[in-house]
Amino acid sequence: MPIVVEKLKHSYMEGSSLAHDALRDIDLTVHDGEFLGLIGHTGSGKSTFVQHLNGLLQPTSGTVTVDGFNMADKKQRVQGRRLVGMVFQYPEYQLFEETVQRDVAYGVKNMGMGEKEALERADEAMALVGLDPVKFRDKSPFELSGGEKRRAALAGIIVMRPKYLVLDEPMAGLDPLGRHAILDTIDSLRETLGCAVVMVSHSMDDMADRAERIAVLAKGRLIRVGTTAEVFGDAKTLIDNGLDVPQVSRLALMLRERGVDVPSTIFDMDEMELALLRLLGKGGEKQ
Amino acid sequence: MKDITLGQYFPGNSSIHRLDPRTKLLGMIAYIVLVFIVDHIAVFLIPAVFVAAVTLLSGVPVSYLLKSLKPIRFLLVFMFILNLFMVKSGETLWAWRFLVITEGGVKQAVYISLRLILLLSGTSLMTLTTTPIALTDALEKLLHPLGRLGFPAHELAMMMTIALRFIPTLIEEADKIMKAQMARGADFESGNVFKRAKSMVPVLVPLFISAFRRADELAMAMESRCYHGGDGRTRMHVLRFQKADALAAAVFVLMTAGIILLQMFAV
Repeated sequence: MPIVVEKLKHSYMEGSSLAHDALRDIDLTVHDGEFLGLIGHTGSGKSTFVQHLNGLLQPTSGTVTVDGFNMADKKQRVQGRRLVGMVFQYPEYQLFEETVQRDVAYGVKNMGMGEKEALERADEAMALVGLDPVKFRDKSPFELSGGEKRRAALAGIIVMRPKYLVLDEPMAGLDPLGRHAILDTIDSLRETLGCAVVMVSHSMDDMADRAERIAVLAKGRLIRVGTTAEVFGDAKTLIDNGLDVPQVSRLALMLRERGVDVPSTIFDMDEMELALLRLLGKGGEKQ
Repeated sequence: MKDITLGQYFPGNSSIHRLDPRTKLLGMIAYIVLVFIVDHIAVFLIPAVFVAAVTLLSGVPVSYLLKSLKPIRFLLVFMFILNLFMVKSGETLWAWRFLVITEGGVKQAVYISLRLILLLSGTSLMTLTTTPIALTDALEKLLHPLGRLGFPAHELAMMMTIALRFIPTLIEEADKIMKAQMARGADFESGNVFKRAKSMVPVLVPLFISAFRRADELAMAMESRCYHGGDGRTRMHVLRFQKADALAAAVFVLMTAGIILLQMFAV
């Protein structure tokens, strides 16, 4: 069963003169096991939207249902929230325990799991995010490096084995190596846990690389949803809304503007290489 | 969490808002003393008229002023009843078993209530028309002469300014961390007091850590911009007394003289 968002509207400071709609008329379904990318300009409502997915915010109107649980209902929300793992921006700032293992186990303990079992699950989760349990188990989370802290925080979410993993800019502030490591971890988590991933990111290249579907938010409205090829194929819409496109899409757009006939839907480096080779092969002069 | 309002500044551009914050601060102190000097029912009219006039001039809605009185309503009733029955002087007006109401008691009860109301509405008027930052500025300027005696006036004002500046930031941060822990199944709402206090640990530890980090970063940022305390520091908005401040001072002198004279002749 999927996460279904229907006619979602969210207003901040409702009823006061400062009221404004952060989200309007959002209809979106997150399917089981898919990798959904969420892109949008700063202030487009991405962060507000993802907080609705596990009921941390309540809709002003409209509904959010997670596997049939209505997130507006207090009792159903508790059930639904367990299915949705939420990784906030800079999640390392939520670490608090004395040891990494205990911090990771916090979530499952809150779910009512016994101490011993919880710690075992924590070890498992640490291994899944690439932190060697033997080495890191008894370390203080505050003596880890930035990238390790983020992994520990990520482990603190996936220890609950969510069916949907929601990540709000999980790579922010990491170096390119750290970014790739986190992306690879997310991919391997999808494989081992079979969870769906909803990821907010500003990096279009990462999105082009990993996401299966992409949703585009602008000024609180969902302006596009489609496969990665569909969304990036229409580079103009993205650029008109002040968004970036993957470098390869930009190249395709520029080439087309100059009369080079490459398909507009290309966003992948390998495909671009093939397309260009094909074109050159046909012309043949430049060899 | 975000609904907490800080201070109670009511934005405006009235003549009261535009007064030098030093005038308002000193005026408030003088006003407090005056309210305690007054000891006759008729003379209470003077500070009452003063508060009414300032309210009118400032454009602050009366409802705001009444709101500031709300938290002391129980204290007010309690003080009134206590004074009514406990003060025993003058003619006995009413007696039933051990409960006795005397003329002096009624007087005292009424005076205390009037004083409390005038005190709170007067001081609220100041905080309603002055931003916290302007107030700390005024405080620094007024305490500056004490610097020669080694009193750290500038440091004190800077600390207050920074504290005020960071309260909203910390509230926002606490909100974020609470949400992150709620996403990990934390429950801040159920259980008894001890359980609830314990459930706050996962919020407080990260909050403290980030507060220290922020303090560190701020110190670094200030130092890298050559902050070295108050000596020789110039300001962007220099406080200057205007005509209106002289007028306000005159009003206070007149009010003080009036109250002292009336007290002497009326009693």
